[in-house]
This record gives sequence, C-alpha cells and structure tokens, in this order.
Amino acid sequence: MFAVRIQREPFDAVAESAALAVGRTDVGAIVTFTGLCRADAGPDGAGLAALTLEHYPGMAEEEIERHVEEARHRWPLTGAIVVHRHGRLEPGDPIVFVATASSHRAAAFAAAEFLMDWLKTSAPFWKKEEPISAARSGGWVEAKASDDAAADRWRE
Amino acid sequence: MKVLYFAWLRERVGLAEEEVAPPAEVVTVADLARWLASQDEAHAHAFDNPAVVRAAIDRRHVKPDSAISGAREVAFFPPMTGG
Repeated sequence: MFAVRIQREPFDAVAESAALAVGRTDVGAIVTFTGLCRADAGPDGAGLAALTLEHYPGMAEEEIERHVEEARHRWPLTGAIVVHRHGRLEPGDPIVFVATASSHRAAAFAAAEFLMDWLKTSAPFWKKEEPISAARSGGWVEAKASDDAAADRWRE
Repeated sequence: MKVLYFAWLRERVGLAEEEVAPPAEVVTVADLARWLASQDEAHAHAFDNPAVVRAAIDRRHVKPDSAISGAREVAFFPPMTGG
C-alpha cells in the first residue's frame, strides 16, 4: 500500500503502520517516523503556544507523491504512508508521519529518511509561530540551510 | 492565468489568489514577479526580495527563468518549512 494524505485531524501512528503489513507475508521491516510540534521553538526560543501550518492544497499531495514514486524506484519498498497535518497545532501534537515497509530493514530506513528530507524542503507547507507571550510577535518560520543540505545528500 | 500566494507573500499581497492578464513581454516566472511587483505597493512589498521567493507552475516547482506560457496556475511562496 502506498498512500499520501494531508489532513487537519490527528493520525494514529500504530494503525497507519499496521496497515502496511495487513494481508501480506513479504514485509520484513517497517520504519516509522513521527514529527511533533516542539515547545522550545518560537521567536528567540521564548516558547511557543502553537504553530499554524499552511499548505498548498493539491500541490502538497502531488509533490509528496512524486517523492514516494522516486523512493519506489530507489528501494524495493512494499509500501509507504505519508500523513501531514495542517492547521493549528500545539506543542506535543504530532505534525507528520512517514512509514516505509520493505522485506529488509536497510531499504525501509533509507527510504523513510529520504522521504522526510525531501518533505522538509520541497513539500509546500509553511509554519507560522504563535508565541506564548503576547508581547512577542509571531512570525513565519525560516527555512534552514541544514534541511537543504540533508535533501541535497540524496542527489546523484 | 491564476496567481496564488502563500505564507508571508499572501499576507503582504493581501490576497490568496487573483486572476491576472500580463502583457506579452512577460515571458518568465521572474518577469511575472517583476510585473506583479509593479502593480501596487502591496505587491511590491511581497516581491521586494525576489531571491527568497519560490515559484510553482501548475503545482510543480520551477526556476525563475521558466516560461509561463500555457500556465493555468502560477504560485509564489517562501522556502518551505513543513515536516
């Protein structure tokens, strides 16, 4: 099973992961990644009340699907699921989920990292911070050069 | 064609999307950004640093020198920060 979903609602990481092995006996490895909203972010590390995630409907799904396709070409995957939330999320809330399945662990580990690295830099999502202190103004999170470097590692 | 704006570009322009009919000399994505910036102060503010603006044509990432001919939808947005 290969699936990409963009949704406002929370996801059930255990159920999403289990779906990759239902009805088949060739899956030897499932790697899952869950990204959460952190409280220590925020302007000057002053603390975050919430993040609001904006996305480009249509392109967000398509862009992630293109990278899932590329992952399937690179590794012998039996399945992959990517779920990305949008809307207002508070510290501790899950934001993103990636699960990859394969007969052996190396492909599943590599593909999960590949998908997350590309998702950070090329999926059209933008985070806006809502600081705890009303005295501070929130703002759009700036892209990190380290994320670009992580994605660039996968270029051939 | 339809032009979409996201994140702080949307806030600066004051619109999420608009229909535009640029003149024939507007050939590339960079031309379109310059032409939009010339429309009013809000657009000028949104595009005041073109180096940090990314673009997509019909939901695919493109470079500033990409041609816009035949595009149904051109989107402008800052570098992405999802995940």
